[in-house]
Parts: sequence; C-alpha cells; structure tokens
Amino acid sequence: MIKFTNVFKAFPKGGLALKDVSFHIAKGEFAFLTGHSGAGKSTVLKLIYAEERPTAGEVRVSGYNVTQIRPREVPLLRRRLGIVFQDFRLLEDRTAEENVAFALEVTGARRSTIAARVMRVLTQVGLAAKAQAYSRELSGGEQQRVAIARALVNEPTVLLADEPTGNLDDRATRGVVQLLRDINASGTAVAMATHDLDLVRQAPYRVIELQEGALVYDSAVDEPRDQAAAP
Amino acid sequence: MNLVVREALLAFKRAPLLSALSVTTIAFSLFVLGLFGLVAVNLQDALRSVAERVEIVAYLLPGTPIEATAAGLKDIEAFPEVQAASYVSEEEALTRARAELVEFRDVLRELERNPLPASIEVKLKPGFRDADHVTAVAERLRGFGFVDDVRFGRDWVEKLDRLRQLAAAVGIVVGAAFAAVAIIIIGTTIRMAVLQRGREIAIMRLVGATDGFIRRPFLLQGAIKGLLGGLAAVGLSFAAYALIDRYLIQAAFFTREQAAAIVGFGALIGLLGSATSVGRHLKRV
Repeated sequence: MIKFTNVFKAFPKGGLALKDVSFHIAKGEFAFLTGHSGAGKSTVLKLIYAEERPTAGEVRVSGYNVTQIRPREVPLLRRRLGIVFQDFRLLEDRTAEENVAFALEVTGARRSTIAARVMRVLTQVGLAAKAQAYSRELSGGEQQRVAIARALVNEPTVLLADEPTGNLDDRATRGVVQLLRDINASGTAVAMATHDLDLVRQAPYRVIELQEGALVYDSAVDEPRDQAAAP
Repeated sequence: MNLVVREALLAFKRAPLLSALSVTTIAFSLFVLGLFGLVAVNLQDALRSVAERVEIVAYLLPGTPIEATAAGLKDIEAFPEVQAASYVSEEEALTRARAELVEFRDVLRELERNPLPASIEVKLKPGFRDADHVTAVAERLRGFGFVDDVRFGRDWVEKLDRLRQLAAAVGIVVGAAFAAVAIIIIGTTIRMAVLQRGREIAIMRLVGATDGFIRRPFLLQGAIKGLLGGLAAVGLSFAAYALIDRYLIQAAFFTREQAAAIVGFGALIGLLGSATSVGRHLKRV
C-alpha cells in the first residue's frame, strides 16, 4: 500500500529532511507518524501524495512509484488518497456540501450520483444537518469533519492526516480521532502525523517515530518500549 | 450547466470587485489603443482621398489625328496601373478653363484662336498612386509619338509619398507600443485574479484535479473579461468618435470588422494572459 525503501530527501537549500527512511504500511492499517515539528512527518506525507519527490530511494503508493511518477499521473494518485490538514483547507466561499462535491467533480464523477454520495459521507462524519452551511460558519471541529468527508468521498484506500487535531480543542480532537478510528475500522488505511503523544498512547495503533529526518522507532518492527516516544 | 462555465461564472460572483476592476482595466487599455486606431483610420482615409487626386496629364501635339488618339487611349487604358484614361479635346479644355479661371474669363473669351492643347487625363488605380509608379507611367506616356508633354506634379506626389510612409511608420511604432502596454496591463490584471485564487488552486490539486481541469475555468474567465473589456472599449471609442464628429471635425469610425478585431484582440489577450499566468502558477506550486 505505502512502501518507503531507503528514502532520502534533501532540502532545496541543503541538508536532509529524510535520512534513509524505510517502512511499509499495509492495507487497512492505522499508523501514527510522530516526532517533533521539523522531524520530517510532513515530508513523509508529502512524498506519499507526490507533492515532493524523493532525492534517493523508492516510494511506492497504491501501485504508483512516486520516484518516477509523471506529472499527469499525480492527480490520479491523489484521487486514491484522502488528505486532511491541520488548517482544513476548505474553500471558504462554498458550503460544506459544495466543498465535498468539489472533490468528486474534479474527478469527473457522474453528476447524478454526486448529491447522494456527498450526503452519505456528510452523514458519516455527523454533519448532514450542516450541509448548507458555509465553511466559515462552522466551528474548527466541524470544518475538520467536512475536510474528512471530502477526503472520504472518493472512497480512498488511504487517508493521510497531517496534524488533523492541531487546531482543535480536546473535545473536537477526541471526536476527530474517533472518526478516524471508525474510518479505519471500515477498511481504510490511515496514516496520521501528530506530535500529540497522549493521543498516540491512548490508541492501540502502530507508531512510527521520526527524529531529525531519521526513523528512530517503528512499533511494528522494534521492541515495544514502555516510555513510547519519550526522547 | 457545464462545470467549466459554472466555475468561470462563479469567479465573477465571488470576486465581483476584482472582476469589475479587471474588465475596467482591460476596457481602458483597449480604449487607448482604440483611440489611436481611430486616429490611424482617419489619417488613412484622409491620405486616400488626397491620393485620389493624383492624376497624370499628357498634352497632345496639335493636329494629332483622332484615330491615333483613340488607339493610344486604348493602349493607355490597358496599362496595369491605369484605372481610367479620358480624352479632353481642345474645345473642352477651353470650356473648362473659362469655367474654372473666372478672373481670366474676358481674356479667354476674346481669343481668336484656342491656345489650349488637347490632352489625355490618366487616373491610376489605388496602390499605384505613389511617385515611382506615377513617374513610370509618365515616362511610358512620353513614348507615344503624339504626346507633346506630360505633367503630374512631381513634388506634390513625392510629398504625399513621404507623408504616407511617415503615417505608416508612426502607426506601426505607436500602435505596437500601445498594444504592448495594453498586453502588459491586461496580463498583470489577469495575473492578480489568478494569484488571488492561489489557495483554491492548491486545494483543487490536493483533491486530484488535473491541471487542465484547473486551467479551463480560468481561460474562459480571462476570455470573457477580455471580451467584455473589448466591447466596452469599442463603446467608449464610439462615444469619443461621436463627440469628435459632432463638435470638432467630420471623422470616420471603425468598420464592423475593425471593431470586431478590437473585441477579439481583448478576448485573445484575456485568454493568453490567463493561460500564461495559470501555467506559471501551476508550474511553481
């Protein structure tokens, strides 16, 4: 599903963002990417959705080789992924419904099916009642739910989440994490970058920890440690 | 509604002020170009009507038999440069002189003998009314045995030539400068519209929109803005023309084709401006 093999990524101005990173996230798995800010979590995610190309090594995602992917294929890869960010990245002058529908429209989905599919995912994230609300009228937690609905509407095999709870209060955070767990339970792999260690400890999922661009711990490979990710 | 059309029109709805500003900027850039075009069109018209008066007169030797004249006239009419050649008899010349030279009427009336020669007046086709062609035709006319002298106002034709060249040179240089300024201003305006939506473009890409999908609404929007700006520019030019025509001097307006060309030019710059701006933006992010 997602496979990093000896991946290096150089910063444009010199220095390495990732140093020899290898891991494999299987279909249906839930993995946390942890580490301090600047450790390389976002770079890993950017490599997965082909925003960046590896300097060396191989990144394979859902049948695509990101190292050699052609620009034309990038949109096709992204349609197989759902991506969620800390800052939601919704189109502010569109309603929740339109934001979600937009992700279907760009893929050329059949017009007649769009409304039903949009309502289904909005119901799944618990926002069916606010379908007509503009994103600026929604709370942070609600906006993130819309973003998750948008990420889900194309039925991705992997959901990528880059600090999805970074801008949310505790209650909204718990809601979003529960939502991601439900999504994972229905078969979608989830890769979530976070530096919130409490969150990581509370969930029984795989942890991949980065430190200054190097993979220092992978709970799927390494011995479990009592003080998980306490540098 | 088609998705591309919907997205393009939505942009007008979402950023009405910026859209109106773009259209206004385009309209005024093209209006300046249009004003210059009006000057050029009218100058051309004036020069053309002056050039219509270019004429070569071949004076005939006295006593030339009418048959020879008629045959010569046919030959001259067959010249590729010649539009029309007409024979003016001695009597006709005198009648004209009496009518035109009022102050000499008495002198002309008391003449015992008509001193004026018969002549052939030659008009050239448009495009041949310049010094080189006129001189060439005049030389050929001199070759006819019955032609005594040929006159065509060499100085005047040469001055007209120079004026025409000057008008053309100024037209090309100033026109190109105005067009370049219009292109730059319109390009910048369109670029602002693209930059304003940079965030949106980034989001579109994240959810898997192809570059073509992102580009198309922008192209349509740019073309629409250019088209509207072009129409407004033609409207403004017409208003300017109407005022000039009414209060200053009688003037000519663009032909339908020329007006359509201004609108088309606007649409084209809008389209190309959008294409390059979006293209550059897509390449960068």
